[in-house]
Amino acid sequence: MTKSQSIGRRLTLLLAAVAAVLSVLSWAMVTVLAREATQRTQDNVLAASVTTIAETLRSEQAEVRLELPYAAFAMLGAISQDLVFYRVTANDRTLTGYDDLPSFETGRQGQVMFHTANYRSVPIRMAATTRLISVGDGQTQVTVTVAQTRDGVGAIAADLSQLAAFFSLAFFAVAVGLSAVVAATSLRPLNEIAAAVSRRGPSDLRPVQRNAPAELAPLLTALNRLMDRLRNSIRRSEDFITEAAHRIRTPLATVRAQAEIALRTVQGDTEKDRLRQIIRAVDESSRSAGQLLDHATVAYRTENLTQDRLDLSELAADTLAAMEPTASMRDIRLRLDGEQAPVIGDPILLESAIRNVLDNAIKYSAEDTTVTLHITCSDSETHLTICDEGPGFGDESFDTLTERFRRGPNTGGIVGSGLGLTIVAEVMAAHGGRIELTTSTHNERGGACVCFTLPSA
Amino acid sequence: MRLLYLAFGLILWTTSHASALDVEEHQYFPGSGARVLKILSTTDLALFAPYVRAFQDIRPDIAVDYTVVSSSELHRAIRDGAQFDLAISSAMDLQLKLANDGFALPYWSDAVEKLPDWARWRTLIFAITAESAVVVVNTDLFEGLDLPETRQDLLALLRDNPDRFAGAVGTYDVRVSGLGYLFATQDDRATDAFWRLNEVMGRLDPQLYCCSGQMIDDVDEGRLALAYNVLDSYAVGRLAADKGGRMQILEMQDFTNVMLRTVLIPATAQDIDAAGAMIDMLTTLGIRDQPGDWPLPSLSLSGPLEKSGFGPIRLGPALMVYLDPLNRRNFLTEWEDAMEQR
Amino acid sequence: MRYLLIEDNVELADAVIKRLALDGHAVDHATTLADAQDCLAGATYDLILLDVMLPDGDGRDFLARNRARLETPVIVLTARSQVSDRVGALDQGADDYITKPFDFSELEARCRAVLRRRGGTARNEIALGPVSFDLLAGTLQRDGQTLELRSREIRLLELFARSPGQILSKSHLMDRLFSYDTTVTENAIEVYVGRLRRRIDQMGLRIETVRGEGYRIETGVND
Repeated sequence: MTKSQSIGRRLTLLLAAVAAVLSVLSWAMVTVLAREATQRTQDNVLAASVTTIAETLRSEQAEVRLELPYAAFAMLGAISQDLVFYRVTANDRTLTGYDDLPSFETGRQGQVMFHTANYRSVPIRMAATTRLISVGDGQTQVTVTVAQTRDGVGAIAADLSQLAAFFSLAFFAVAVGLSAVVAATSLRPLNEIAAAVSRRGPSDLRPVQRNAPAELAPLLTALNRLMDRLRNSIRRSEDFITEAAHRIRTPLATVRAQAEIALRTVQGDTEKDRLRQIIRAVDESSRSAGQLLDHATVAYRTENLTQDRLDLSELAADTLAAMEPTASMRDIRLRLDGEQAPVIGDPILLESAIRNVLDNAIKYSAEDTTVTLHITCSDSETHLTICDEGPGFGDESFDTLTERFRRGPNTGGIVGSGLGLTIVAEVMAAHGGRIELTTSTHNERGGACVCFTLPSA
Repeated sequence: MRLLYLAFGLILWTTSHASALDVEEHQYFPGSGARVLKILSTTDLALFAPYVRAFQDIRPDIAVDYTVVSSSELHRAIRDGAQFDLAISSAMDLQLKLANDGFALPYWSDAVEKLPDWARWRTLIFAITAESAVVVVNTDLFEGLDLPETRQDLLALLRDNPDRFAGAVGTYDVRVSGLGYLFATQDDRATDAFWRLNEVMGRLDPQLYCCSGQMIDDVDEGRLALAYNVLDSYAVGRLAADKGGRMQILEMQDFTNVMLRTVLIPATAQDIDAAGAMIDMLTTLGIRDQPGDWPLPSLSLSGPLEKSGFGPIRLGPALMVYLDPLNRRNFLTEWEDAMEQR
Repeated sequence: MRYLLIEDNVELADAVIKRLALDGHAVDHATTLADAQDCLAGATYDLILLDVMLPDGDGRDFLARNRARLETPVIVLTARSQVSDRVGALDQGADDYITKPFDFSELEARCRAVLRRRGGTARNEIALGPVSFDLLAGTLQRDGQTLELRSREIRLLELFARSPGQILSKSHLMDRLFSYDTTVTENAIEVYVGRLRRRIDQMGLRIETVRGEGYRIETGVND
């Protein structure tokens, strides 16, 4: 699998990137607008200044006369400390002002035109208007031009731009925070599904039934399809094991029966030993097959756990009765000691668990001993303890003992695959219970105790 | 050979320019080093010398070459490219015109940053004092008359006592004095009594002066009964020195023009560093809280600014309006018409 | 005792029949459910051993069909040790089940247990001189006096009872009694035989030690 970044982080980054782009865009926009607005402000003042001057134009003694009103320049000084230049021309002859100020095309009479140029290697904004003044016989075209450097405009625009930058940054910071929240919120359904799936037991392969957002529906469908396939595959392998067990066990039974007959009839010790070995090997195989089958059953049934209300002590009594002949062959007494214990669960699985433990207890107990099955229950929990008088579990840890195919260190010579405890642990887990292994304190020889704890019904 | 001719010609040209300067006072304050800070100023040597000495206390290595000219002369010289490191003038309008037209170099420092906004224009002009225009009278010659409090009072007084004031009224010759022109144009803006006052003065055969100093001298010595639009800083200095007590400063209650003495670094400056150091010292003194032992007032608001009620004359492009040749010609024509109606 | 074995695997059936015959039982063999039906129609059996997977159907269905009118106890032989199968078999009316491959001793024990539980007419008694040994009840009777034996004692005594006068070696006894368990030593056999010897002594039964060969039961009366 390739390592991929978390969607949440990617979403956050993506949204943050979008926010960054928007921030920069908004900053650029505000900057442009600020420049435009300040430029217009300057233009308006320049236009007012030009108009004020133009209004003083008059004809006197066959000459164009004017005076520069104080206000015309005062208003320019009011908005900024920019340099001011001006010129008044009559038919292209400079009447007053800065002769070398650049000229530009002026519009109709009375209209104020604007122009940006360089003057004395500094950028300036110019406003000009033209008036026709009747002088003597003819008309003189008088142009009033007022110009101002753009430092003030630039400074205000820069200030606004800086302010915009600050707000953009703040916006960006807020957007990043919101992005994280949005990403978390968007991913919640996904997380919920993940949580729902991870909450499940290891064998729970039912389809995930959830109202997922449309985007997650394909994932959910795929997940359910996978679960379905997995479930079918488990069923198939279970069927396979069942079939395999049948195919193996019947010939094994034949072999064992024939071997036993043969043992009765042959004379040589060597031949007898050989036959005994055959019988033991058959027993070991059949036991392994049996436990594998049990395990398959457990796996299959925990997937769809039956929730019957049942009396654990009754179930235990039935199981005990079925085991009785096996136990009595070795003169082992089975004793049930308990009260009514209602629990909710799958009787077949629970029986399987009890039988596996009993089987173990009978197998490892010495002749002429007692295996006790003890049931107690409280409001919340029901305990079923099975104790033998055998050698106990030794020092192996519980996990090691329950691990599949592992056998305790004290099992020398006895046929067993070690799957028993694994089956029991899985049944308990499926029922929300637990299993504890202890060494009995009731008799001086020790003895192994297996305690099931189940929630009471 | 050709280079030699060129060099010679250059020397001639430079000398001719320098000699063209109409110098009123000049003093060289030697320093320990080779550096010379050349100052062109309208401020009398006597008033400015303490500042030079204070400067040399801090920077003894810098020699100061101090030249006093009239404000219009200063303006003309800088425009013509005369080489100075610092230009100090009481004619704000001319200073502003120089700066606007590119004859000043920008300067910025912590000291000038501390100036109030109204006391500087761009990074070019810095105010170092705020001084007001006042009326100075000779109390002997005013014997028996009420001292005027407003321009209206003054107008009435002059009109009602033509005999006493004939030939005994003095004011700036605005054609010559830049400061006089500034005060006159600001008066024109502020009150319509200005032209009537001019007309009345014109009938009294007014004495016209180039400078505040001479006007105050004449009032003090009884040659004038009254001088109009005199710099109060000069008058106060004179009053402090005068033991006779025949002179009195009158502040008009209707309004007072407050002029800012400003400094700028001409575009031709050679030692900008020294000029900046001087500007820093002058502006720092300008915003001092305590009057101290300085000949010129500070920019302090508790001084003349408070009395004016309007604040100082605004540093801004509007000052250039009256410098426009057309406007100036119109104004001077009108002024002459009023003053010289014999 | 008469058994009906319903089992389609001929080899296994052959072995089972041989083995049961060794103990003196008569066994009828049916390979299909149809055969079995015929057998049931023609004879009465003490016990039926029924395989689950048969060529013409499921043994459990056969069980369900015949349970109502069948008094004979049934032990189901299953290859599938799966709990659900066993529970199913018991639900259908089987008396017990045994998983293939099985130990004959266990089969015998289960058969006895089932017959004992059903308390039917079946009898399985061996005469040891004046003493009657009831294998199903696990009792010895002589002159109205009864001695109850424990499970392993019964099985041990049965071994001697079925071979009167024969010497049974320790290894033979071990095989039969402990199902080829390697952990059991010959010492254990000595202990069991010693225990049985003391128990049955009051009934006048003796187990003789034949040095170097094994043990032999004496059925002669010894007052």
